[in-house]
Amino acid sequence: MKRVLAIAGRIGRELLRDKRTLAMVLIMPILVLWLLNIMFSANTTTSVKIATVGVDSQITKTLDKTKHVSVVKYDKKSTANDKLKHYKVDAVLTETSSNHYKVTYANIDPTKTSVAKAALKAAILKGKMTTMAKTSAALQAQLAQLTGQTAQTSTIKSSAGSTTKITNHYNYGDADTNFFSKMIPLMMGFFVFLISGMGMLGERTSGTLDRLLATPVKRGEIVSGYLISYGLLAVVQTIIVVYSAIWIMKIEVVGSVFSIIVINVLLALVALTFGMLLSTLASSEFQMMQFIPIVIVPQLLFSGIIPLDTMASWVQDFGKILPLTYAGDALTEIVMKGTSLANLGGDICALLIFIVVLGSLNILAMKRYRKV
Amino acid sequence: MNPSIDIQHLKKVFGKQVVLEDVNLTVKPGEIVGLIGPSGAGKSTVIKTMLGMEKADGGKALVLDTQMPNRKILGNIGYMAQSDALYESLSAKENLVFYGKMKGVDGQQLTSEIDHVAQVVDLTDDLTKRVSNFSGGMKRRLSLAIALLGDPDLLVLDEPTVGIDPSLRKKIWDELHRLRDAGRSVLVTTHVMDEAELTDRVALLLGGKVLAFDEPKKLEAEYKVPTIEEVFLAAEGELEK
Repeated sequence: MKRVLAIAGRIGRELLRDKRTLAMVLIMPILVLWLLNIMFSANTTTSVKIATVGVDSQITKTLDKTKHVSVVKYDKKSTANDKLKHYKVDAVLTETSSNHYKVTYANIDPTKTSVAKAALKAAILKGKMTTMAKTSAALQAQLAQLTGQTAQTSTIKSSAGSTTKITNHYNYGDADTNFFSKMIPLMMGFFVFLISGMGMLGERTSGTLDRLLATPVKRGEIVSGYLISYGLLAVVQTIIVVYSAIWIMKIEVVGSVFSIIVINVLLALVALTFGMLLSTLASSEFQMMQFIPIVIVPQLLFSGIIPLDTMASWVQDFGKILPLTYAGDALTEIVMKGTSLANLGGDICALLIFIVVLGSLNILAMKRYRKV
Repeated sequence: MNPSIDIQHLKKVFGKQVVLEDVNLTVKPGEIVGLIGPSGAGKSTVIKTMLGMEKADGGKALVLDTQMPNRKILGNIGYMAQSDALYESLSAKENLVFYGKMKGVDGQQLTSEIDHVAQVVDLTDDLTKRVSNFSGGMKRRLSLAIALLGDPDLLVLDEPTVGIDPSLRKKIWDELHRLRDAGRSVLVTTHVMDEAELTDRVALLLGGKVLAFDEPKKLEAEYKVPTIEEVFLAAEGELEK
């Protein structure tokens, strides 16, 4: 144990003196989060200008009221199309016959197109609803004269309308939280993977590993020392990342921050053991860098940032062998539902198995440098 | 008394290449043995096998009466590699403390031993400096100081005096002689042939075998040449015939 602590202390001291690496681990995540935050808010404020030709005023009014959408009315189709050509408007809506609409999108910016599409759909739907409501209101008025139950029905109508609106908001919230629970572990894992891998590689190329193994230290003691020192670094990093996500990105965390830290540290230990293991296959820093796309891209694609429900079952199964899947799942549970650690046994177990297996493989791999 | 190193018929093969064919080498307590040979002769492989970094394919490799590889016995061996193997961002003292702890030396004993070895390699005034600010020679000396930690019975030094000034080199050899007189064993590989004259016995490693193994003076007499350097050349010439 004395040796383990000495190794952990030595790595810690080296890390503290390596200012650039420290900055990368502790400040870079905040910078990345901040940038992503900007990208996210930019997405939601895309504003669209829609030109209408001979469209029912009911619909144009609703459209105009929609956030980030403005409507310009034109009498002639040719002027509207001209404006579209010169990028003055993003879409042209014409009513060809009653209840038949034709839309032409500029489609320069797909985001704008999708915003316009959504707005149009909603407006036309709402237009129909109001007409229907009007008709039904008229019917109900007639009915009311017979039964006297007007008030109740119309309340139901309006509450149905507001429900739709809430679901929309929920969708945005979901996107953000998804981002939080999948992106943050990916980012954390990446930094720890890279730094620990480089650390081990440096130890190997500088000859200090050989010299270390020429003392009676056990191979397991070296691996444990690495786990302790980089594990502590991961704790500090998680605290910084989680709190800056809460403050900068204003992400609401239902569960406890402590649980988030526990899950992230487990993931960091997986990344650490994996980085160390891969570093034995690399003979230079450059070769270590080449592992990044092999390791990071599958995690990015398969761990649930992109929904896998509709994909082939082998794709879904592939996601199960990636540690990020479990960390992301556990974090989603904590952040969204406030699930306690006790109820996340499956995910925690999976991460622990990764740590134990990869850790033992590391101890075994070191046999290459000393036969006992 | 048993020899500290007892290597008999050692064989080592990497893939199809036979690096060591039949190596016999003994180092007795209170003796300095020099291992010389051209680069690629397998000097490093002999050392690596002795330290358990490689496993012998044949023969026996006994170090301090223990068949290698063996982890525990490593605490009683001081090893200095060809590369300095130092932690550059740490100070000299932090390096010494770290390797000392790895060897199992601790507390008061470690402090006094660090003072002693620092004095031997003349680094007492530079102990608090970071290794990254050290010159090549200073790094070499620190590396040697680390090997001396723990007062080991056996010292294995791979090219210990490369890049060290003549005056300090003499000082280091004086220390090695002092250690020998105290009953320790030393195995040194070297390229500096006049250093080989300072050893008690010289082993000439050529073509995977120890071609000659005797006191420097006796070797010179045997080959009828005045220096070890010429013994080396003569032996190499014989092998080529």
